[in-house]
Amino acid sequence: MRIALAILILAIFGAPAGATETDLAAPGTETKRLVIESSTDLSIFAPIVAAFQKLRPDIAVTYRELTTNELNGHVARACNGGTFVADLVVSSSIDQQLKLVNDGCALRMDGEVGAALPDWAKWRNELFGFTFEPAVMVYNRAFFASREVPQSRFDLIDILREGDTFRGRIGTYDIETSGVGYLFAFEDAVQASTWGRLVESLGRNDMQLFCCTADILDRVADGRLLVGYNVLGSYALERIASDKRLGVIVPSDYTLIMARAGFISRNARQTALARDFLVFLLSEQGRKILASKSQLLSPNGGSEELAKLVGLDSRSEQALRPIPLTPALLVGLDSRKRRIFLRQWRAALQK
Amino acid sequence: MNAPLAATRPGQSVAFRLGIAMMVILVVVVTGTIVAAGRYGQRAADETFDRLLRGAALQIAERITVNEGATDVDLPVSAFELLSLARSDRVFYRIVRPDGKTLTGYDDLPLPAGGGDGIYDATYKGVPIRAIRLTRRLAERSLSGAVGIIVAQTIEERAALAQSITTQAVMIIAGAGVALLFLAMIVVRFALRPLARVERAMLDRDVRDLSPINVPAPAEVSILVEAINRFMRRLDLRIEGMQNLVADAAHQLRTPITAMRAQAQLALDEHDTQKLERLHRRIYQRSVGLGRLTDQLLSRALIAHRADSEALETLDLRRVAIETEREVRAGLGDPLDLRLPGDEVLVKGDFVSLREAIKNLVNNAVKHGKAPVSLIVTEPRDGRAAVLVHDAGDGIPEAAAAQIGRRFSANGISPDSAGLGLSIVAAVVTSHGAKLVMRHGAEGGFEIGLDMAAVDK
Repeated sequence: MRIALAILILAIFGAPAGATETDLAAPGTETKRLVIESSTDLSIFAPIVAAFQKLRPDIAVTYRELTTNELNGHVARACNGGTFVADLVVSSSIDQQLKLVNDGCALRMDGEVGAALPDWAKWRNELFGFTFEPAVMVYNRAFFASREVPQSRFDLIDILREGDTFRGRIGTYDIETSGVGYLFAFEDAVQASTWGRLVESLGRNDMQLFCCTADILDRVADGRLLVGYNVLGSYALERIASDKRLGVIVPSDYTLIMARAGFISRNARQTALARDFLVFLLSEQGRKILASKSQLLSPNGGSEELAKLVGLDSRSEQALRPIPLTPALLVGLDSRKRRIFLRQWRAALQK
Repeated sequence: MNAPLAATRPGQSVAFRLGIAMMVILVVVVTGTIVAAGRYGQRAADETFDRLLRGAALQIAERITVNEGATDVDLPVSAFELLSLARSDRVFYRIVRPDGKTLTGYDDLPLPAGGGDGIYDATYKGVPIRAIRLTRRLAERSLSGAVGIIVAQTIEERAALAQSITTQAVMIIAGAGVALLFLAMIVVRFALRPLARVERAMLDRDVRDLSPINVPAPAEVSILVEAINRFMRRLDLRIEGMQNLVADAAHQLRTPITAMRAQAQLALDEHDTQKLERLHRRIYQRSVGLGRLTDQLLSRALIAHRADSEALETLDLRRVAIETEREVRAGLGDPLDLRLPGDEVLVKGDFVSLREAIKNLVNNAVKHGKAPVSLIVTEPRDGRAAVLVHDAGDGIPEAAAAQIGRRFSANGISPDSAGLGLSIVAAVVTSHGAKLVMRHGAEGGFEIGLDMAAVDK
């Protein structure tokens, strides 16, 4: 069932200029209002909010959508100033989320919340990862119809050596502007020694950089790009369901898994309500809605679901590497570290 | 105070006292151990987690570099992974350049109060933290100075570990305490079982039974049992002495009193003044005799009592002789010849008993022997000293001598008889561990007296 959405674009006081605020009115008589600040598209979040409102018809939800950096700055300022911005803060930029929690912006939940989550997907009972999103490669099916599809980074490095075939036709995130792109690149550098060689090969082939997942997917679909590297798997999987021009590779050497994460603000107005919503989001029912309506897998059983979706062998399944929600994520955010990393990146890409 | 009540008052129960004492010891020990366990838990947790801090700081220190004259740091992920081993603790860090400005990290992270390197406690963002400060000294061509590395963590995990160590220790200690108390109770019961046995033996016996208690008892209790037995023996002797006294008194007094009453009866019916006067005289003589007899009976009872109750003291035998002479002087016709050595003659004895014994000997000598009567104290020789009564007579007949020591000899001892007096002497001899000496003197006459162990001065 689709509920009537009243979409309001407001430049509210204190909110970044790019914020889109949507009022999801209560189906019944409104008694309470939950404010969610998120970097996730409303289209992905709307079904779960609707399901929650079906259970609790008196709840209205304000859904404020921002980019990860806007959201981070907005929440950090409010946290330092002790003012209210949202009850629940959700972002795919898990390093920034972790830093906000590390800085004491979150409210600690009781042990029941997220009890079923694996250890890597939660921290301090404050930050909860509720998705299971692999960093995948996408490829143009038409181009690879007569060729062998690379299954790992080693395969990718190998095909990149074949002359100029891929020059300018490989794309990834511009890690200087994309939060999730930076996170995946940084984790790549931490995870494996192939990183240096890979970046070098990509640089030699004049890799194209994009801000957003959709840009990469569009270009790979229509053949302007042949391969997209480190693309957020949740979007890619949703896309291939309807677009046969695209193929998804879950790299068999290792695949990073990211769980977008949410926490309840220390300055939340509706603490109990936010907790209820979080519990619902992490519940069996919530997981099903996210999986069926939004193609978002859950940290609980995500690897089996992913294996089913893309037909993984057990070796690839074992190569799934979730990025744990720990303070190790703070390193990538360190200003000096970021400068050094970006310097190396630019140097490798000769940009 | 009521005796049985006192015996059952809880404060007097040995088991209760032992129990309380052991409880106090246990509580003190257990409390002490728990406090110690708490400290140990905190220290162990601190040691464990301080290592993470130190390790992380060292790893970061290694990655301090100098680039074109400026300090830089390339934070190692491994350092933060190390800190993440404390699963739910928040992490803060700060790198301070040689010029004192923060290079990167939380620029308001507190520095140690003293300013030196090391681990310290502080508060940051309203929560307690544990921090380490490490200094990396740079000595490059372009730059020299000290870079400060501060790494801090909240203390939740270490507090939880300390708590867990302490809790486990406390559980073990508490368990051990309860087990100890239980064992102690069993041990106390076991240890006190002989007492219960003695108690039962005492309760079970006949109230008139004064024989010694014969129950196997541990050393500590056997002293008590021995004391009870000694007390019962004395009680037994005392009762026997009392019975003897009553028997003696009855036996000795009945006859003269009957005789006196008969004479008094006669005197009532007599009108002849001469006969009446003779009767009066007889009654007088009887009463004098009766008085002496009573005196002797009481004296014997006194001696029996003193032998039982008075401790022997060191005394000068000459003083006893002088005192005796002073007491008998009045009743004697001829003066008593007192022969004493120049030096004091020390013996262990009871003054009153000895005086009574000698008085009896002197009285006997005066009454039954021949004047002159002498009272002699010999000089100590070979560790023995003697007090002797000498008279010029032939002494006590063999048959009478054999009777000495009996309570009373043959029936119908007259008030004038020596029998009772000698039995007093015999009692004193026994109670003093002395010897009764009876012999014919070197220059004739008869000597009777006590031969006792002399005491060195």
